[in-house]
Amino acid sequence: MSDLKRTPLYDLHVALGAKMVPFAGYEMPVQYKAGVMKEHLHCRAAAGLFDVSHMGQVILRADNPEVAKAALERLIPQDVLGLGEGRQRYGFFTNDAGGIEDDLMFANRGDHLFVVVNAACKDADVARMRAGLEPDVTVKLLENRALLALQGPKAEAVLAEHHPSVAEMRFMDVATVPIAGAECWVSRSGYTGEDGYEISVPLAAAQELAQALLAHEDVEAIGLGARDSLRLEAGLCLYGHDIDDTTSPVEGGLTWGIQKARRSGGDREGGFPGDDRILSEMQKGADRKRVGLLPEGRAPMREGTVLFAVADAETPVGTVTSGGFGPTVGAPVAMGYVDAAHAEIGTNLFGEVRGKRLPVSVAKLPFVAAGFKR
Amino acid sequence: MKFTEEHEWLRVEGDEVVVGITAHAAEQLGDVVFIELPEEGTVVSKDDEIVVIESVKAASDILAPLDGEITEVNEALVEEPSKVNEDPEGEAWFFKLKIEDMSALDDMMDEAAYKKYIG
Repeated sequence: MSDLKRTPLYDLHVALGAKMVPFAGYEMPVQYKAGVMKEHLHCRAAAGLFDVSHMGQVILRADNPEVAKAALERLIPQDVLGLGEGRQRYGFFTNDAGGIEDDLMFANRGDHLFVVVNAACKDADVARMRAGLEPDVTVKLLENRALLALQGPKAEAVLAEHHPSVAEMRFMDVATVPIAGAECWVSRSGYTGEDGYEISVPLAAAQELAQALLAHEDVEAIGLGARDSLRLEAGLCLYGHDIDDTTSPVEGGLTWGIQKARRSGGDREGGFPGDDRILSEMQKGADRKRVGLLPEGRAPMREGTVLFAVADAETPVGTVTSGGFGPTVGAPVAMGYVDAAHAEIGTNLFGEVRGKRLPVSVAKLPFVAAGFKR
Repeated sequence: MKFTEEHEWLRVEGDEVVVGITAHAAEQLGDVVFIELPEEGTVVSKDDEIVVIESVKAASDILAPLDGEITEVNEALVEEPSKVNEDPEGEAWFFKLKIEDMSALDDMMDEAAYKKYIG
């Protein structure tokens, strides 16, 4: 445990009664006193505060901002050049085989790009960006900022008490906003399926900001346990589970995240790692697809559950990559990969749980409608 | 009540014992979302995995604390697994076990010993 890192909110988590666990090299709160179920439901009903300071915050800068944008397009299949100032996009680093190395958020903050990557991948991502972008672009991993997420239907009202301008932001807008006396970089986004904000805050001000937000009666601290069930109900991928270096964006159902300019026939078609496979799969379809899965019974189908087309089949047709109980759905929910022939919504399959083949059907994602302010 | 190192409690009722999990175990498990109970009439041996209990975090098993026959199961838990978190040492019993030799309970922990065991 001794080599685990701590976020600037560590003491606050402990004071709030969090159960701390190792996650991606950090000691992180998996839950607080209320427990996963109540935390999950609170976030959907009011507002939840998440410490996501373990994630990597990276600045990409070049003398000419257009150079940095064009350079990033060499590493990801997203339209970076077309992203307006003050806007953010979801993206993913691909590899030469068309798999996904990590997913990310990137924002156009005028004279630089601000990138947020997963904690477990951040060292590899920084190395990838240095190798792929330097010397024209400088890549700086920020060690002096924390990252908080305020999520839920009351998030806007809560944060607007600190600065009214945040209420004017639309989904995926980014802005610099003074909150609690600190220069915060705010985006209207998150990973719960709810409306809300992610707030990058200087380390020295992080604890004060967290306490100020938690002081509001509508806000509770939410741990990684509920973060996982919230994102699962929202149909959002967890890197290393639902997507990895072998899954293509087409298999992963993420082609909505590849803008027209980078697709076949687009102004800047291809030109990213794995473009041959990815563009070809976008035309012809992939052999397997990520789908939502609704077990019919009450037994959760967890990651690794093997899926079959019929109850007595010998050959599997897929595997669950994330699964558990959905507190808002009130039933088990899962997602996973199935052969394309079995990916249609409504297809009846069987998942093997403790030696029994239990019925499960392919379902539309997300399981809970998104509350974004578009 | 008697307690096992597997965090079960046992309460004697005639020639049967009623079995559940302790408040400590329920808290460690977190919110319980699924329970699979054995069939009534099943003859079990000590340490057989006879109940599946899943929380929001993980799946685990409850072991038979003694040799015996399952005479009754608490079907209400299947519909409302959250009872395990609400009243683990009362309403949320799991099964009743008919045992031959009640003296087997003598070696088990009493409440004071169990409290010491969980620290």
